[in-house]
Amino acid sequence: MNAVRFLFTAYVATWVIHLFYIGTLVRRFSKLRQQLRELGKGK
Amino acid sequence: MKRLYPILSIVTVALLGYALYQALVIAPTDALQGDVYRIIYYHVPSAWTAFLLFFINFVASVRYLAGSKASTEMAVKWIAIFIGVVGFIAPFLPPVRAKIPAGMEPSAVATTIVLIPVFYFLVGKWFPGDKLDVLALTSAEVGVVFCTIVLVTGPLWARPVWGIWWAPGDIRLTSTLVMWLIYVSYLVLRRFSNSAQTQMLAAALAVFGALDVPLVYLSIWFFRTQHPQPVIGGGGQMDPRMLHVLLFSWMAFLLFGFLVCWSRFRLELLKREVEQAHAMESLVGAEASSNTSLPLSRSAR
Repeated sequence: MNAVRFLFTAYVATWVIHLFYIGTLVRRFSKLRQQLRELGKGK
Repeated sequence: MKRLYPILSIVTVALLGYALYQALVIAPTDALQGDVYRIIYYHVPSAWTAFLLFFINFVASVRYLAGSKASTEMAVKWIAIFIGVVGFIAPFLPPVRAKIPAGMEPSAVATTIVLIPVFYFLVGKWFPGDKLDVLALTSAEVGVVFCTIVLVTGPLWARPVWGIWWAPGDIRLTSTLVMWLIYVSYLVLRRFSNSAQTQMLAAALAVFGALDVPLVYLSIWFFRTQHPQPVIGGGGQMDPRMLHVLLFSWMAFLLFGFLVCWSRFRLELLKREVEQAHAMESLVGAEASSNTSLPLSRSAR
């Protein structure tokens, strides 16, 4: 593999990891907000 | 505060974009390694951010453990002050100075040690009570993300430069992997343990786990390792243009890390709010059912 490909793989991998983590945060946020709404309706 | 988050997000995206442009276009090509060396503009800032986050996790965990008892809190406070005073003076004393590795400035050592009491008091002031535990969890989780990037980008640089993905037995590489495993086990403990002691146990694990952080950082000074020598404080052989790009990239990643931590912190507070609301709801439900069953039991008599 060309050395420059390693550079681009490293940069892409960095952002894939960050975006994956941010995605999990967004998913957990929306799940909790949904639970809060349901608790509010229950009252 | 509500406006600050989107403003900082826009600033961070702009800084990260410019950092990428600098890393790929502005920074000169390395004469020996070629363009592949540009991996350091993501690898090194990620490592420094992970170190900082694990340090915050350590301070928050110590503070959380110390807060369980007033006498312990007082003792730890004085120990932190003692470390700060001794750490500020000692690196300049000739016998200690002689033991500091070549290229490492005594002023840098003093500043690093003084940061321990400074962080200790700031963290205690800004994150009172249970927020300390939330901060510890947040910094560990985001720190693991940055450390994962270090462990992924490192071998991607090593393969074309060293000819191998990983140098088995190399202390820098091995201690970094061990550090990552310690903090992953910290997160696993927090995720799957439901005991009332989980927060205390996790804080104790974090304090012991933090012992690996200085080992990782200092290993390239004290041990023979294949890992390149430090780019800052290790003799200063880096081209000033490369150093400028590296520091700019770190600033961008630091701000990005701060925003991610902020989001994770808010998420944890929301999670605890939901858990509290669930607990209140079940308590009210239990109370209501006991009230309805009371007249029945009386009539049964």
